[in-house]
Amino acid sequence: MPKVTWILGNGKEISAEVPVGHNLMEAAVAKNVPNVIGECGGCLSCATCHVYVDPDWYAKTGVPDEMESDMLEITLAERKPNSRLSCQIKAVPELDGLILRVPQI
Amino acid sequence: MPDPIVIVGAGQAGVALAAKLRALGYLDPLILIGEEPVPPYQRPPLSKKYVSGELEVDRLLIRSRSWYAEQGIELRLSTRVVALSPGEREVTLSDGSRLRYRQLALATGARPRCLPSEIGGALRGVATIRNLADADAIAPHLQAGRQLVVVGGGYIGLEAAAVAAGKGMQVTVIEAAERILQRVAAPETSSYFRDLHRRHAVTLHEAVGLERLAAVEDRVASVLLKDGTTLQADLVIVGIGVVPNDDLAREAGLRIENGIAVDAQCRSSDPEIFAVGDCAGFPWRGTATRLESVQNAIDQAEHAAGAMLGAAAAYDPVPWFWSDQYDVKLQIAGLNRGYDQVVVRPGKRPGSQSVWYYRQGALIAVDAMNDALAYAFGKKALEGGKSIPPAIAADAAADLKSAIG
Repeated sequence: MPKVTWILGNGKEISAEVPVGHNLMEAAVAKNVPNVIGECGGCLSCATCHVYVDPDWYAKTGVPDEMESDMLEITLAERKPNSRLSCQIKAVPELDGLILRVPQI
Repeated sequence: MPDPIVIVGAGQAGVALAAKLRALGYLDPLILIGEEPVPPYQRPPLSKKYVSGELEVDRLLIRSRSWYAEQGIELRLSTRVVALSPGEREVTLSDGSRLRYRQLALATGARPRCLPSEIGGALRGVATIRNLADADAIAPHLQAGRQLVVVGGGYIGLEAAAVAAGKGMQVTVIEAAERILQRVAAPETSSYFRDLHRRHAVTLHEAVGLERLAAVEDRVASVLLKDGTTLQADLVIVGIGVVPNDDLAREAGLRIENGIAVDAQCRSSDPEIFAVGDCAGFPWRGTATRLESVQNAIDQAEHAAGAMLGAAAAYDPVPWFWSDQYDVKLQIAGLNRGYDQVVVRPGKRPGSQSVWYYRQGALIAVDAMNDALAYAFGKKALEGGKSIPPAIAADAAADLKSAIG
């Protein structure tokens, strides 16, 4: 299972082995990562699972599709070039070691 | 030990309330009581990805199984509260025991309205979708070639129709009102979804009432409509709305108005009892309003947590909702109650469009179909107390971002 690390605004790190196929919002909620909320359950309706993908990893996670990109317009924290909604990133073996930064909100 | 805060109902609202109380620094005992045997889970996927078999139950859980103990929240499952005595600050549980509370929150949700048994509502093969058990009971019957009749063309019914059509069932939706989604949306949105379902070979009967369900032995076999039509049915799913679970409050003498009546701080007519989520009617824009949504469950519960600990702010949400049918994502921002003008904005992709609702010239809601940008900016405008003029909303070439500044 790929290991994913969330780095919080205060520098604290939380890591988890995420089952392949699960999305990284649900993985974060299961690990109680603060500020990754996932109010809509991962159906692209709330933008509360916003994360910044570590620049070294951005190419591997891929870019947001059009619907996700539109939803990134209403994130609470500032949208940056490496912003993603983590419900739209699925755990795959190639993402082992992935680092996500959680916005301070 | 001080008496606990007791939360009755372990759905989205109950969990959000418990989490927020802890986040706000409430350290005393906290008990969350749920009727069902499973830890709190998300209901929206039940009529979508769960019933279709795409998600297993653990992926529905709102919080991990270990979270409750970690937070010092005593989760009591398979437990019902059978009576409430505000005078004694006490609830009676289904096992006969009693529990004293310091403050109580009712997050009891709502239950599906059922068809009367006189017209066949209690037959085998007639289902509603609210709980995990409901979805588990329906799932094995969603099989290609079988016939499903959905009673009620609201969101739940249409979502179930979409899942069943996707499984290769022959699906018919019947709606007594003039059009599907009549209670919740403008004709423009109804017609978008009517076309969508027709493209997926779902048959729609609108403006025709249900006469009765007929059985072979004790299992439903056909559906008779008021216009004389008979539809064969292996399964009937009933989606004709919900009724707030306000019985406990009613029997305890609390004020009831469109659910358990609460004020802007989510407080009922008893100052130590709060109500949140689907069961609570709260003052919003001058009307006792009850919202059936995840957004309201969570936001109102978080608001109530603050109020229980002494905060005075008023709950004043911008409601939002969603529905998934086939490959269409519907996102709704705001509440279209009392709209007097509607404009349609074509989206930038085939099949994407949005419907904008106005009252006296001011934007009050947006239905966005595969058009997240319209939803996003509509929501942003409503949250900022701004309007986007109808002429701009209706002009696909006009920039929404600059319209809200």
